[in-house]
Formats: sequence, C-alpha cells, structure tokens
Amino acid sequence: MAIMSFIFVFFFFSSLQPILSLYEDQVGLMDWHQQYIGKVKQAVFHTHKTGRKRVVASTEQNIIATLDLRRGEIFWRHVLGPNDVVDGIDIALGKYVITLSSGGSILRAWNLPDGQMVWESSLHGPKHSKPLLLTRNLIIEKDNVLIVFSNGRLNAVSCIDGEVLWKKDFEEESLEVQQVIQPPGSGFIYVLGFAASSQFEMYKINAKNGELLKHESTAFSGRFTGEVSLVSSETVVALDSTGSILLTISFHNGKISSQQTPVSNLLEDSPGLAVIIHPSVTGIFAIKTDAATIFIRVIGEGKLEVVEKTNHETVVSDALSISEGQQAFALVQHAGSSIHLTVKPAHDWDSNLLKESIKMDQQRGFVHKVFINNYIRTDRSHGFRALIVMEDHSLLLLQQGAIVWSREDGLASIIDVTTSELPVEKAGVSVAKVELNLFEWLKGHVLKLKGTLMLATPEDIAAIQHMRLKSSEKSKMTRDHNGFRKLLIALTRAGKLFGLHTGDGRIVWSHLLQSLHKSESCRQPIVLNLYQWQVPHHHALDENPSVLVVGRCGPSSDALGVLSLVDSYTGKEFSSLSLVHSVAQVIPLPYTDSTEQRLHLLIDADKHAHLYPKTPEAIDSFQSEFSNVYWYSVDDDNGIIKGYALKTKCSSNVADEFCFDSRELWSIVLPSESEKIITTATRKLNEAVHTQAKLIADQDVMYKYISSNLLFVATVAPKASGEIGSVTPEESWLVVYLIDTVTGRVLHRMTHHGSQGPVQAVLSENWVVYHYFNLRAHRYEMSVIEIYDQSRADNKDVWKLVVGNHNLTSPVSSYSRAEVITKSQSYFFTHSLKAIAVTLTVKGITSKQLLIGTIGDQVLALDKRFLDPRRSVNPKQAEREEGIIPLTDSLPIIPQSYITHSLRVEGLQSIITVAAKLESTTLVFAHGLDLFFTHYAPSRTYDSLTEDFSYALLLITIVVLVAAIFVTWILSQRKELQDRWR
Amino acid sequence: MEKGKGIMGSGRRWAVDFSDNSTAPSSRDIPDPPGFARASVDQDDSTVSRQKKDAESNWKAQKAWEVAQAPFKNLLMMGFMMWMAGNTVHLFSIGITFSALWQPISALQGVGKVFEPYKDNKVDLLGPKLLFIALNLGGLALGVWKLNTLGLLPIHASDWVSSLPPAQEVEYSGGGIPL
Repeated sequence: MAIMSFIFVFFFFSSLQPILSLYEDQVGLMDWHQQYIGKVKQAVFHTHKTGRKRVVASTEQNIIATLDLRRGEIFWRHVLGPNDVVDGIDIALGKYVITLSSGGSILRAWNLPDGQMVWESSLHGPKHSKPLLLTRNLIIEKDNVLIVFSNGRLNAVSCIDGEVLWKKDFEEESLEVQQVIQPPGSGFIYVLGFAASSQFEMYKINAKNGELLKHESTAFSGRFTGEVSLVSSETVVALDSTGSILLTISFHNGKISSQQTPVSNLLEDSPGLAVIIHPSVTGIFAIKTDAATIFIRVIGEGKLEVVEKTNHETVVSDALSISEGQQAFALVQHAGSSIHLTVKPAHDWDSNLLKESIKMDQQRGFVHKVFINNYIRTDRSHGFRALIVMEDHSLLLLQQGAIVWSREDGLASIIDVTTSELPVEKAGVSVAKVELNLFEWLKGHVLKLKGTLMLATPEDIAAIQHMRLKSSEKSKMTRDHNGFRKLLIALTRAGKLFGLHTGDGRIVWSHLLQSLHKSESCRQPIVLNLYQWQVPHHHALDENPSVLVVGRCGPSSDALGVLSLVDSYTGKEFSSLSLVHSVAQVIPLPYTDSTEQRLHLLIDADKHAHLYPKTPEAIDSFQSEFSNVYWYSVDDDNGIIKGYALKTKCSSNVADEFCFDSRELWSIVLPSESEKIITTATRKLNEAVHTQAKLIADQDVMYKYISSNLLFVATVAPKASGEIGSVTPEESWLVVYLIDTVTGRVLHRMTHHGSQGPVQAVLSENWVVYHYFNLRAHRYEMSVIEIYDQSRADNKDVWKLVVGNHNLTSPVSSYSRAEVITKSQSYFFTHSLKAIAVTLTVKGITSKQLLIGTIGDQVLALDKRFLDPRRSVNPKQAEREEGIIPLTDSLPIIPQSYITHSLRVEGLQSIITVAAKLESTTLVFAHGLDLFFTHYAPSRTYDSLTEDFSYALLLITIVVLVAAIFVTWILSQRKELQDRWR
Repeated sequence: MEKGKGIMGSGRRWAVDFSDNSTAPSSRDIPDPPGFARASVDQDDSTVSRQKKDAESNWKAQKAWEVAQAPFKNLLMMGFMMWMAGNTVHLFSIGITFSALWQPISALQGVGKVFEPYKDNKVDLLGPKLLFIALNLGGLALGVWKLNTLGLLPIHASDWVSSLPPAQEVEYSGGGIPL
C-alpha cells in the first residue's frame, strides 16, 4: 500500500511540467510598461475637422510621435537611431508627416493616421550645412513640393513619392545658409546666408526649376553670430558677434539695404551679450539678454522700436496664422506658482487675443517651449490651445485656463535608479481605503473558484481578470511580506527625482532638486548619480530611508560638486551641500553609522578623499577601518589603471579631519598602441553569495574565488574601437583582464584574436560573462570566465570539516595571494546586446539567470547553466546529474523566456535587478525611453504559492475530506455494532 | 510470524494447568477420596505433562528459528525493490530506502517482544535472537548502502562545505572610471 502511494505521488510530481513563460492572462499581473517620448523639440498640430485631433512631435531622443490631443496618449511612435537626429518635422498634404533627419540627409514621409512610412529619400550634397525644411503650399505642375536645404544643396522634393524634382548647389566654401524663404504667392525662393561671417548673401531662385534668378551680396564691417530672424517676407534681423549691434537687412526687389542699430540705443542700461530668439512673427522679434527679454518691433525702413521689456522668464511661440493675413503668437511668463499664457496678434502688440493664468506645479520648473494651435469656438471667435514643454521635460496641454493632460516625459531619460523600502504598516494607521470588505473578498474568491471549476461565464472571467489586474494588494503604500512593493527612485537628466511604485508604476512623488537648479553659484548644474544614503533596518526603523544625489556645477571634471539628500518616503530634499571640492568618484563604503547612514568616500580631481557624512561618529568608525580602505581609478583615455591607499589627513588646506591624502600603490599601464580600454565591470555591492563552494560531479568540490575587489577590464586594439567591420580580423583583438583592485594583481588575462567590441559584461560571484563580436566567424559571441581558488582546494578532510577545524571562513586578505585557476568557454550568440544584467536574490541561493537586453529592445532571460565552462560535448552521467548541459556551439534563444513577453522597451539602456524578500524572486526594472517592471523567478517560485492559487478550492477540499471522514466513521461504527449483534 | 503467534496465543488461552496443587502431596489438605490410589495417578499425570512440555518447547524452538529467519525473505525483497528503484534521487527511491532503514531498526527495537512468546526456560533463544539481529543488521546495512549509492550520506567533503558562507575580506576597494 505504501509503495503504491509512493508511486502515485511520484508520477504526480513528475507530470508537472516546468513553466517559465507566462500565460496570456498573466500579462499585467506582475508587470507594467510605460511609454514615453522624451523632451519635445518641435510640435505640429493636426486639427482638421474630420478625424481625430492629434499633435506630431519630434523629441531630443530622436523620436517622432503623434499624440492624441484629447488625452495625450501615443497613437504611434518611431524611434530613429541615435545618429539620426531629427532636424525638422511638418505635415504635408494633411496626411503625411514629413521628417528631415541625420543632418538633413534623410527625408521621410510617414502616413499620419497609422505611422507607416510612405517614402524615404536621401539628400546628399557637396558639403555639410545647417538643414532647413520648408513646406508651403508650393505647387509645381500639380505636384506639391517640399523645399529642403541641406548639405549645401537646395532640393525640391515631391510630396507624393519623395522624388527630387530639381536641385541647386551652393558650393561656395564659406557660405552658411541661414534662411530659405518663399514669399507666399510668389514663384521664387530666397536663399539667405552669410559668406565668411561678414558678408550677407542673397540668392533668388526660380521655384519652378531651381534656376538662379539673382545673386546679391553686401559686406558688413563686423561679424555675424549666425542667427537671423525673419521679420517680414523681405526683411531679416541679425545680430553681430559682439551681441551689441542689430542689423536690419531688407532685400526688397532683389536690392539689399541694411541698417545698423546699436542695442544700447534701444535700452538705457547695458544689457550684456544678447541673443536673438526668433518667433518669426511679422514685424516683431525678440532678443534675450542675461537679465531680460526685449521685444522689438520693426517699423518701416529698418527703424526699430522696443515694445516691451520684461525681466521674467519668458518663452515665445512661433507665429500661427489664424486667418487670412493675420498672425498670432503666444507668450508664457512665470509669476510665482502660476504661469501666464498670453496670445497676441502680430500686428497689434497692445491687444491680447487670450490671457490666461494657470496654476502650475512648482516641481515642473520653468517653461522651456510653447507651441500654440487655434480652433474656432461655437461663437466663431478664436480659441487657443498651447502645448508647453517644462524644465523637467514634461509635456502639458493647456486649454481654457486648465491643464487638459500632462505627460511625464522626463522619465524617458533616466540616469540612475535605486530602490527604497516603503513604510512599515503600523497598527492604527488606517488603510481602509484600499482594503476590501469581507463580502467583496468572499465574492472574489467565489468567482475565482468558479473559474477554477470551469463554471464561469465569459463575464465572470472578465471580472476575475479585472480583479487580478487591479488588485489593491499590489499598489498599497506599505511594506509587504514578500518585499514586492518598493519604491523605485529614478533620477532623470533634467534633475528631477521620481518615486515610482513597483506595484503599478504610478508616480508616488516627484521633485525637481532645488540644489541642482540653475543659480548664481551653480550656473550649469549636471546631475551625475544616485546612491543609497540611509537604509534603516533593525534599530533605526523610525528613521526614513534616504538617497544621495551627486551633481556637479559644470561639465568639466574639476567643477565643484553638489550633494543633495532626499527623503525616500516623501521625496523632499532635507539637506543639501555645495562642496568646496570637485567630485571625480563616489565610493560607498561597506560601513554605516548608528543611524544606518552609509559612509561615502568622495574622491576629488586632486585625488583627495573626503568622507561623508561629516560627523565625529563617522570618522570614528572610519578610523578603525582606515588602513583597509583602498580605491582605484580607471583612466580609459590613457589606458592606465591606478590603485591608491589612504595616507594621512589632507596637508594642504585648512584643518579638515574628513579629508585624506592618497598614496599611489600600484598602476597597470596598458600599451596605448595596442590596447584601449572599452569596458569595465565590477560586482554589485549588495550582491549576496550563499556559498563559497561549488559542488561538482562525484561529490567533488571547488572553491570559488569570491572577492568584491574584482575588476573586469576589456580592451581592444585602438584601430578596432570603431564600428564592427571597420578592421580586418588580423588587426583586431580583444583582451580581457581580471584584476584585484587592492593589490593590482592581474588574476587572469586572455586574448580573443580577431574579435572586436562593443563589449557588454557582467560580473557576479566568481564569474564574468561578456559579449563581443567575432570577426572571423562573423558572429556575436559570449564568453564566460569562472575563477576558482586553488589554495583552498586541499580542504578535503571530512573529519576536519565535521569538527569545524578549518580556516575556510576566516577573513582573507588580498595580500595572501590566493592561487587561482580559471575556466572559460565561448559560445555564439545571435543577438547584439544593449545591456546585460544578472538576477539578484536576497540570499543568493537561487540559481542565476542572465538578463539580456537585445537589440530588439526586449529582455531575454538566459540560464547561467548555458554559460558554464565545464560543459562538454558528451558529459558523463554524473555531470548530467549535476545539471551540465551538453555543449553546443551557440546559445539557445527560447522564445518563452523573453521576460518582456510581447512588449518592447524602446531605446533600452539598462536593466536593474533588485532582490525581493522572497528568495526565489528578483524584481527587474528595464528602462530606456520606456519603462518596464516585472517580477522574475529564475527557478520558479518554489517558496510560495502562485498568484492564481485557489484558496477556496483548498478550503473546500479540506471541508469535504473532513466531512467524508466523519461520514465513514459513523458508517463503520454502525457496521461494527451490527456485526456484534449478529 | 503472525501465524505462529496466533497458534501459540490460542494454545495458551485454552491451556488448563492439570498439575495444579496435586503435584505437591505434602501441601494437600483435602483427604483423598476413598478407593483412590494416589501414587499411580500422580505418576501418570507427570509423564503426560512432561511429554506435552517437551513437545511444546520443541515446537517453540522450531518456531523461534523460523521467526529468526523471517527477515531474510524481507532482505531479498528489499534488495529487489532497491534494484528496481534505481540510483537517482526521487520520491520512489527515497521512500524505499527509508522503509529499508526503518524496518530493521523497528525490528531490532522489538527483539524482545518478537521472541517473547517462545520464552521458555528449556528453550535456548540466544541462537535465533542472534540470527534475527544479524539479519536485521544486514537489512540495515543494505539500507545504508542504498543511501550511500543515492549520495545521501554525508561522507564527502562536499557535504560539509556546501553551505559555507564566503570568507570575509579584510580589505575594501572601490572606484572605477571617473564620473
């Protein structure tokens, strides 16, 4: 009987198939995906009466997107390559989106409703120049024509098929074309530019065939800055290079006449250097100085008149023609916590078409750009809507004095991400708002049960799915038992910090960092990185966790640093420091003070180390570890890796007990003629390793060389640092190093001949996996290096181990020079990579998987077992039992193991893995232009029941079993009684 | 084993002690009935009971040996099952191995109980007991051997280091490419 039940249970378990992929109805349970477009550079409205109203936008991230004007959702979106910068967009024929990109070399037309590409033409020319796109209703022989000036050539391109109808070269070496104008209704085109920076050139071209009709030029004593502003169809305004003289140039009837007006004539006080901002509104232009924005009207023959001078931050939109011959433009000005949107007609400065005041979130910063569009109200008057781009890169649509929608497009340019725990659920704190009542809970479970027993109607199934997706459990603002609910703290390029909830991806808080804002002391702030400053647990639980944002005032490496400490729960900046030194490196130390603030070492450009936080307690705890702290720097330009130790207190400046001098210990100088550093990789600080031993077949054991001071460096031949295919295999090689950063010892060096970068690498535990291109095989390859400590290998006496008489767990020093051996193997891999990461679990017991960001912007999980240097073609039986996969030449790509399933993370930049509290599960966050988050269990969730486990079914089974036991007990009692009476 | 116990048990339940007080005439306090010749009857009774006793003890000894040999059959069956279960660790093989370990152990614990019915001052139980113990120890050894072939005995270094945490490092170094 017992054996029978064993057999039954055995078959039951062996019939369970491992499922690594998702079922269709599991999409969206654990994962979320958000799409962004980035900071809008140019926007064109499409508001015809028929069809849906939309706006076409091009962004600094090289995206062309159309957004729904009603709700701000993306209709379609195209990501052009990183080198395919969008120069201009427009809408032609009411159905095509025209884009000019790649410095004016590529002109494309996209179908407006669905985003399909209609045609593409490449425009080449004799020289590089500023690309200009002009779409007016110019018709040549019933053909709508686009005028494009790019690469020193003027092209007329047909709208229908992208064919170049005629072209005209401007080959003069020094000519810089600034404007191409086509006066409405005329059959010719003006090409305006500067030659040798001091001569104004005007070409009149026949629009029908590109024939040169007239060429005029006039010399100017000074030099031009380059920008010109068109104030009427035949007048332009330019500023000279000193920024003090305004030039009004008119070219009426082909005759050039110019007039100079010193800026100081218009303004009493000296304005300093001015720049033209060109609203291209008839008769009006604006110049901007440090202090003010000045609007100037052109009256008659080159006469200038100041119409308004404002000290507020002002942004001007392009002109919009609202009716026949009438133009309007918008001004946006800041006033306290609100912004003023003013729309003015071009001809009359003093009247306003619209004046609105809109309350604006302070955390969005200043308005950077504004685009306006008009519509006809029911009373036949003009209404205006404005699309504004804010300092934090967010995009808002304003209409009738309110914000219709807003998009947080700053999230398209995340620099760094870290995570923070949520507050602990406290007794007494009511979370009733999100808590379900008992009845609903019961109803939900009954529904689930129906689903399990296949009794559910389609409506029920939909209700179950909705319930699963909208589960309040995952979006609560408190810590959960499994550690799935966390805050993702993302720092964006605009200097804004976002707190995103891992449950549903909503923005919990967002703050523009005030200390990294443009100010008198910090003119050009740059945000650099994000670190965990304080992660309280155990004894400091009443403290809020906080993060450290490191920035710098200016692009150079010796600019002064800025530190900002932000509370993770609220996003409020509670402390900020303007440093008196630069920040070259930030090294989080593995020591904390009594309030769990992590000690950080900031290295400045002069190689002084500064300890933060600056408290006596920190310095005390640091002093005890002082002689064991080292640091290293990788100079990838010169190919030098240097290691340092800390010496004494800084000798140079005033007594600062938190500043230390460095002493150079070692340096590795790579020969610059043969090697160039392209990639480095280190272990993650927070990675947990469960064991130092690796069990191999036949009960043998190998000891991993586990060191957090391991540095992986990949170098290529300097010639081969370019694109793939630019060199022959003979002159290209890839060298990889494993370096101990305390002693500078090179633990391993390996050369891959005929291979080339780019190299993506990940280092974890005792192994490193890297990806590169093999020129000889014409394929991508992935290699693995595992490093083992041979000096521990003789610890094989069982009795010593049983008694504990061994030194395997005693602290080790890098100076003990462990004898290491390495094993490595290479495999072909189909994809090229954008990012690579490895799963991270809380104790490091769960087996690892590599997370590969493919070129198709998806995240693919690949079991580390495929990258095991002990794989062989015919593994022995014992090795098979150990889990060694027979060696194949290439790594398999299993379609089910795409963890992004059907989604794409456009412009994928990096993959971040965070351990949940549940050992089996890793939280994966991938970001680029889009954000994607999911839970991933590399060895399946062996330590918890799955989400769709039916508790109701379990309960019912138990009840039925208990009832059955009672019934059979009673029956057997009765039978026994009858037997006795017999 | 079961059978023998059953027979013995019932035999005992129904045994009547014919040699009650009558065997000791000195302690007799009731006078013999008239015409009763004590000596001949006494003799008769004792010879019958002795014969009976001899038969019983012979039978007990025989049964004890049988019981002692019983684990041998078990051993063979276990061996066959282990061979069937194979050398990989799964539920079936583990179950068989543990039952193979548990049976001898429980049998050894109950050695006294198993041989209790055959206890007799005329029967020498030492031989059967030793055989029984030896066979069960053999069974245990078989189980342990199976455990070893499954790789479940911690006799290798790997079994003792598999969860050793990595050694702490004395030095700490950080850095990288300057920001």
